[in-house]
Amino acid sequence: MSEAVRKIPNQLWEGREELEVLTFDIAGEMFALEAVKVQEILDLLPETPVPGAKPFVGSVINFRGKVIPLADIRLAFGMEATTTTIDSRIIVIELDVEGERTLTGLRTDKVNEVTTLLRIASEPPPSVGMRWRPDFIECLVRRDGEFIIIPNLQAIFSAQNERTPAHPLQS
Amino acid sequence: MSFPDPITVFRTEAAELLEQVESGLLDLNVNLGDKEQVDAVFRGLHTLKGSGAMFGFEALAAFTHHCETAFDQVRKGIVPATHDLVTAVLGATDHMRALIEVPGGDHDAVSEMLLARLRTAVAAAGDPAAQVASQAPAKPQGTTYRLTFSLPMNAMANGNNPLGLIDELRDLGECTVSADRSTIPALDDLNPTDLYLSWTVDLTTDKGRSAIDDVFIFVMDEMQLTVEVMGETPASAQPVHVASAVPAPPAVPSSPAPAPEATAVARAAPPAADPKQAKSSENVRVPAERLDELMDRVGELVIAQSRLSQLAGVSGDLMLRAVSEDVERLSGELRDTMMVLRMVPVAQLFGRFRRLVHDLAIETGKTIELVTEGESTEVDKSVIERLADPLVHLVRNSCDHGLETGEERRAAGKPAAGKILLSARQQAGEVIITIKDDGRGINRDRVRAKAEASGLIAPNAVLSEQELLQLIFQPGFSTAQQVTNLSGRGVGMDVVKRTIDALRGTINVVSKTGEGSEISLAIPLTLAIIDGLLVRIGSGRYVIPLSAVEECLELSIDDDMRSRGRSFISLRDSLVPFIRLRELFRTGTTPDPFQKVVVISTGAERVGLVVDQIIGDHQTVIKGMSKLHHDVATFSGATILGDGGVALILDVAHLVAAGQQQEAQLRAAG
Repeated sequence: MSEAVRKIPNQLWEGREELEVLTFDIAGEMFALEAVKVQEILDLLPETPVPGAKPFVGSVINFRGKVIPLADIRLAFGMEATTTTIDSRIIVIELDVEGERTLTGLRTDKVNEVTTLLRIASEPPPSVGMRWRPDFIECLVRRDGEFIIIPNLQAIFSAQNERTPAHPLQS
Repeated sequence: MSFPDPITVFRTEAAELLEQVESGLLDLNVNLGDKEQVDAVFRGLHTLKGSGAMFGFEALAAFTHHCETAFDQVRKGIVPATHDLVTAVLGATDHMRALIEVPGGDHDAVSEMLLARLRTAVAAAGDPAAQVASQAPAKPQGTTYRLTFSLPMNAMANGNNPLGLIDELRDLGECTVSADRSTIPALDDLNPTDLYLSWTVDLTTDKGRSAIDDVFIFVMDEMQLTVEVMGETPASAQPVHVASAVPAPPAVPSSPAPAPEATAVARAAPPAADPKQAKSSENVRVPAERLDELMDRVGELVIAQSRLSQLAGVSGDLMLRAVSEDVERLSGELRDTMMVLRMVPVAQLFGRFRRLVHDLAIETGKTIELVTEGESTEVDKSVIERLADPLVHLVRNSCDHGLETGEERRAAGKPAAGKILLSARQQAGEVIITIKDDGRGINRDRVRAKAEASGLIAPNAVLSEQELLQLIFQPGFSTAQQVTNLSGRGVGMDVVKRTIDALRGTINVVSKTGEGSEISLAIPLTLAIIDGLLVRIGSGRYVIPLSAVEECLELSIDDDMRSRGRSFISLRDSLVPFIRLRELFRTGTTPDPFQKVVVISTGAERVGLVVDQIIGDHQTVIKGMSKLHHDVATFSGATILGDGGVALILDVAHLVAAGQQQEAQLRAAG
């Protein structure tokens, strides 16, 4: 265990023992993001598809007068696109995309709560045996007998941005 | 509310001061006798030194002090202004910038070198100064002046010390000081940091009127000062005897005899200072981000307002409608005001090229004359900022490659001095900036050879004049046979092209061998709000910039059927390719029965866009797309509609290029 803890990137914990996070569900798994990174939780909004864009960021929404992309991280993991339900919410976060601070919406199936996770309960993702790509995951945190996934959004978004375009509209 | 970092504020101010000093120096270089510019430069340097020391930029203060001293000598007529001196101080201003940017860096060697140059320049200028100086004693000696002055109420809060001023006056000669205490309020109302006094000083001095002005030089703009000449006496005479010894009528303020120079200065100085003063008191410095924020808010307001009018239109409530109309009018006015706020004259941009050309002339050994026109043309601030680098490249190119050396020019029968014209003018929603030189022109053969060698075009490819000239904007392209310090590395022109493209602008090149080149940049006036045509394609709404729209027409069923496979419509005897946006965007919807064609153009090239419905015109507040969507070239941005929905803005240049490509492919296919 102690060995596992050492391997966890320090970026996330930054020497802290506790982390306040917002937990949410995607595809039946519970995810968490550091609460201070979350700008806002939105009900579903009218979306505008962007023809020619990667399906991962296939549409934009109007977030308080700003036009921001709406991302579906299921597609980054090669899963089916999210279907919306009455519980669906959009989490707005701020990301660094090629050195530019970018507000981005994330589709989630359900937003749960703000809670505190302990560093002591965290461990790096296993390299095999998961349907989620390990390099897209910062760490796993055990709580009440289940694992909460803390995704590495930076890795997910940069990987998506590098992917070669397939659509004729893309130059 | 956060307060800006004082160091940042100092840097901004210092940059402005240096700009003023520089422009003063350049003016001085044209007219060495211009005393006003000497004063301006001196004042700028002095302020820079003072505030530099205040904010802990000691190296800057110490260095600037030497330049200031040199200019003080010029100002006092001890040393005349020379071109060498101006150039030395110009060089020093660059070093001052470095000292401001990296205060802790190792600047000693450069400082010493520059100061040595300055000393040489002063020494060289000093010799003929003797003649100038010898005229000085001709001034009348021992004149008595009555000075009345008052400082603004907040003078002490601003760090001025009236006692210091009076002490300085005392240094000039015998003084009788009396204070006017009539304006002091009752103790309860007295604010200890406010200044309530004004003073009357009778001063007898042999230093002349200008020495008095010198005492007040740094508070002159804010204060009231009257100087009357009471009378004069030989320097040896006792001041007590003044009244009786000199029968000449005293207390005649405008009497020109005693100090003609001084009165001339006095008359000239206030009008010169006044407009500046008026300007600085009316201007407010605002960080650009705040303007952008405000612009965003105004954009949101416009959107909210259009929702309100929609609602008001639906409801029958007359009161609501009246309010809605008021809000509509107000937000429209607010938007217009906001747009004006962001506009700045291109003079700001052109100003820095005088310096650039001055330096380039020295570096290349050519005589170059820079002429600027239309400096008052206004452009959106963000456009100005982004235009700076491309223009520097173009001007450098003209100086370095375009203009010939003096001998070459004489041999070609042209005046030895090369001329570069930098002009700006407004033309239908665009600003056209032109860089024109009267140099040798672009060598087409060399452009072609170079392009063929680097594989940009096929050997013997048939190119139009414009196509050939546009090749110079390709990455890695340079026709200079030699790489010089200035340009010729093949980087730059492609950067120019990229920047102008990003600004949604176009570049036009005209060049005549032996007569020179002219490069025109056409840039949209603003990046923030455009007039757009709102259309519907499938279920999505899109905006086409109205400036690119030529006409709208219906796609007749005949045309529609006939053109299956070959997408052309005939428009007044010419074939125009068209793009079915519904197919391009894969909307998966069935087309509306009466589809419309919106014909758009860039320059001479046209293309039709087939849309399902034309909704109408729309004031489009442009929102950038995030970097996550930078790979989608079809759209240049997005906007928010009255109902809160998002509409994407079509990139006209990209679609026209796509249409032309499609046409070329179809032609090739026969």
